[in-house]
Amino acid sequence: MQTETKILPNVYRDSVSLMQISSKLCSLPGIIQASAIMATEANIDLLVEAGLIEITVPAQPNDLLITIQGDNSKSVEAALGEAEASIEGEKLTPASGEEDAFAPRNIEMALDELPDAQLVLISCPGDYAGAEAEKALRLGLDVMIFSDNVSIEDEVALKKLAADSDRLVMGPDCGTAIMNGIPLGFANVVSPGDIGIVAASGTGLQQVSCLVDSLGCGISQALGTGGRDLSAQVGGRSMIKGLNILANDETTAVIVLISKPPAQEVAENVLTVAAACGKPVVVNFLGAEPDVMRRENIYPAETLEHAAHLAVELSKGNKALLNDLSRYGLGEPEINELISPLSDSRKFVRGLYSGGTFSYEAMLLLEYEIGPVNSASPLSPEHKLKDIWSSTGNTVLDLGDDNFTRGRPHPMIDHRLRHDRILQEAEDPETAVILFDVVAGYGSHPDPAGEMAASISAAVNGSYNPIFVGFVCGTDADPQNRSDQERKLRDAGAVVVSNNAQAVRLTGDIIAKLGDGK
Amino acid sequence: MTDNAQQSLSVINVGLASFADTINETGGTAVHVDWRPPAGGDVNVARALAGLVNNERIDSANRTAFENYLTAQPILKGIGRAGDVIPGMGERMILHSGPPINWDNVCGPVYGAIIGAILFEGWADNENTGKELLRSGEVTIAPCHHHATVGPMAGITSPSMPVWMVSDADGGNQAFTNLNEGLGKVLRFGANSPEVIERLRWMQDTLANVLGAAISSSGGIDIKTIMAQALYMGDEVHNRNAASTGLLLKQLVPHALRTGLPADDVAQAIEFISGNDHFFLNVSMAACKSMLDAAHNVPNSSMVTAMARNGVEFGIRVSGCGDQWFTTLAPVVDGLYFPSYSIDDAAPDLGDSAITETAGLGGFAMAAAPAIVQFVGGTPADAIRRSREMQPITIGRNTAFTIPALDFGATAAGIDVRKVVDTGIQPIINTGIAHKDAGVGQIGAGITRAPMACFTQALMKLSETPTG
Repeated sequence: MQTETKILPNVYRDSVSLMQISSKLCSLPGIIQASAIMATEANIDLLVEAGLIEITVPAQPNDLLITIQGDNSKSVEAALGEAEASIEGEKLTPASGEEDAFAPRNIEMALDELPDAQLVLISCPGDYAGAEAEKALRLGLDVMIFSDNVSIEDEVALKKLAADSDRLVMGPDCGTAIMNGIPLGFANVVSPGDIGIVAASGTGLQQVSCLVDSLGCGISQALGTGGRDLSAQVGGRSMIKGLNILANDETTAVIVLISKPPAQEVAENVLTVAAACGKPVVVNFLGAEPDVMRRENIYPAETLEHAAHLAVELSKGNKALLNDLSRYGLGEPEINELISPLSDSRKFVRGLYSGGTFSYEAMLLLEYEIGPVNSASPLSPEHKLKDIWSSTGNTVLDLGDDNFTRGRPHPMIDHRLRHDRILQEAEDPETAVILFDVVAGYGSHPDPAGEMAASISAAVNGSYNPIFVGFVCGTDADPQNRSDQERKLRDAGAVVVSNNAQAVRLTGDIIAKLGDGK
Repeated sequence: MTDNAQQSLSVINVGLASFADTINETGGTAVHVDWRPPAGGDVNVARALAGLVNNERIDSANRTAFENYLTAQPILKGIGRAGDVIPGMGERMILHSGPPINWDNVCGPVYGAIIGAILFEGWADNENTGKELLRSGEVTIAPCHHHATVGPMAGITSPSMPVWMVSDADGGNQAFTNLNEGLGKVLRFGANSPEVIERLRWMQDTLANVLGAAISSSGGIDIKTIMAQALYMGDEVHNRNAASTGLLLKQLVPHALRTGLPADDVAQAIEFISGNDHFFLNVSMAACKSMLDAAHNVPNSSMVTAMARNGVEFGIRVSGCGDQWFTTLAPVVDGLYFPSYSIDDAAPDLGDSAITETAGLGGFAMAAAPAIVQFVGGTPADAIRRSREMQPITIGRNTAFTIPALDFGATAAGIDVRKVVDTGIQPIINTGIAHKDAGVGQIGAGITRAPMACFTQALMKLSETPTG
């Protein structure tokens, strides 16, 4: 038998609530007697009479005295804990019948509500995003910063802070990620699997994860880094951290890295870590020379599609590797049939993209096939459009670029900007092909292909129309359903292929053919 | 292939609510933050704040300060003459409520009360001569808070006035406050007519004697116990003190009767206290001051140790920032006005009584006082909600003060500057409203909020010290 007393100095409770606490304590397992009282002389006398305490308890009348007698020290201790908790009261819960929960007003309050939180997803205005990310890191959480307009100095500071506590910072301007199978931000619903991705490009991540899914494999984790991570200033901190996470992740067997060409020393560092990580790493640094990247364990990919194919083959254990093999599935007769109704003046491509990486990849591939293309953000400055609102020659635009979205919603959410530009390009007698993407998934427009189909229908009048070539980045498990989306585009008269590389190569072949004369 | 959809992901979402919906729809768990730009949108303060989140230097200082506040045990020790017992007061000083202010900038009620105190002391026999004493600097004014004192409304305390003396049981600090005059034409609202001075003299001669003798006979009265009991009886010990006044009186009466003082004096004193439901307010304030002074001056602590208004400015003091005040213009309270008065007649917020909220009482304990929620335009449910709303901005809860309507939960206490700035939840204050002209008195009551600017200033000060 064991008896313990505990004095809570200067704690007042009325006798009714103390009696309730006492009787609750008595009912606990292994408890023989229990009492919670104000330590007045009279009350102490009662306890002494009951044989619970010695007369010498050093308690004052304003103290609350808990006395517990039980079978063993374990049950007594448990009851003491229970007693203190009851006296403190539970959280400031509302009175019975009151249902008026407060929504958490800051990260700390949310953490009280969700103590096992791993990640804070931040999409507040950029001016405050850095501070919110810092709070999350200081609270020991990983961060995904969807917001843009965070300075590069703040990005570096955050990533250094994250390194101190071994945390991951995705972003700023990280549009998408998949962690533990959960889509974050703008993301697609893909099958689980053993292919892990670290991407500095949101649409690049979406394209590769969707293609992996459509090729019958799946994704372990898909981490974003933000578009500036591989700059010399930021030094690829998040990509290296992400690589290490995937290298240590048991479910990940193959790793894919996606970025625009990094600063040279950053590329070197990333590739060195990748080569030593113990898992095959597919690297798609868009536009980088494959031979420069080649190392032990590293598999250079020329396009996003190629990266997905390589990852899938490696996941299946095939190391005899394929070259880039884009086949869009149209033969010469079909292409001839497509171009025959075009009037002679129509000979240029107008790429109207919502995804920045798709537009960039299109410029790279088209330059190789038909020569440099003009753009608001071209590969080299001499091909910058004088007026971004008016295309000349072969032109490819990222309509999600700041140049176009200033004061407007992003074209993945709001189609109006792209609609107007489609009509404008279709009326231009020099437009032969309108090349476009449709990005499905969470966060995107609920029916982007429906919007696009309406634009195509509005643009089609008479027999002198341009050819529409596009693709849907998404999966059948996405809320929009990829097959449905593709069908809507085909019904509107568009040529729909599987992915960006195929759409661009088909377009390139059409433009080349038109240049050669029909 | 492994099934990693089985793993869970728990996410805190700041920004677009639809991102949280997606996570919850696809098998993860997300809690969405009802986010708004912190610090009223000041980006620099938001950044400084981020650097202080989960900061061990501040957190451990706050644990110390809060523990000191919790363990303080203010005891009502007696009555003294202000000039004799208040540290550093001297014979030609008048104390006022709120942060420091020049005598010629004070609001109407404070000016009226200062003149009243000069007349009461006999330093001058009219306003103009009194004003000359202020102008020449012969009579100076200073904040109560700088002299271990607090006072409701104008807070005017002059050397000859009787003051309550409160001591921490362990002999730590002392706190002082004047005696409550009741409602109507009273000095604390700026009245200085002959009847006001007359009442002050009676309080000085008769009331002080009876109280002093009774308390001395009692050996000291534990104030926290009275406060805790009063919370179960419908007081929040700021704007409602009916129960606590009764409890105090109950303890005083037997001792008063044994003092051997003239029966009529004792009867008058008991009558006076019985007729003033706010009599305990000043005692409550001094007890709160004592508890919070115990928490003051802990280096690096972000715990608020005073909120006070002088009718022009609202100011706060913070444990880790020494004697510095962080001030901004005092708000005019949009409360419930007595018939024939409106917000146009109101003086800006006034008095040291927000010390009760600083100590986790008053507005923080509104759930205890359903009787006055109607008075300030609400329902009992509002009162409960307001008390709960204060929890996220405080360091902890004071288990000495519990509230039946909160399922006997303890009151939220120990305001943390960082949490106020981060959540945007401003501390709530129950307050009386004074007429802007001297001597008219109370014209209403209401609920107000401590201005954010005080807290953002304090935060910037705290962030000056390097983090570690």
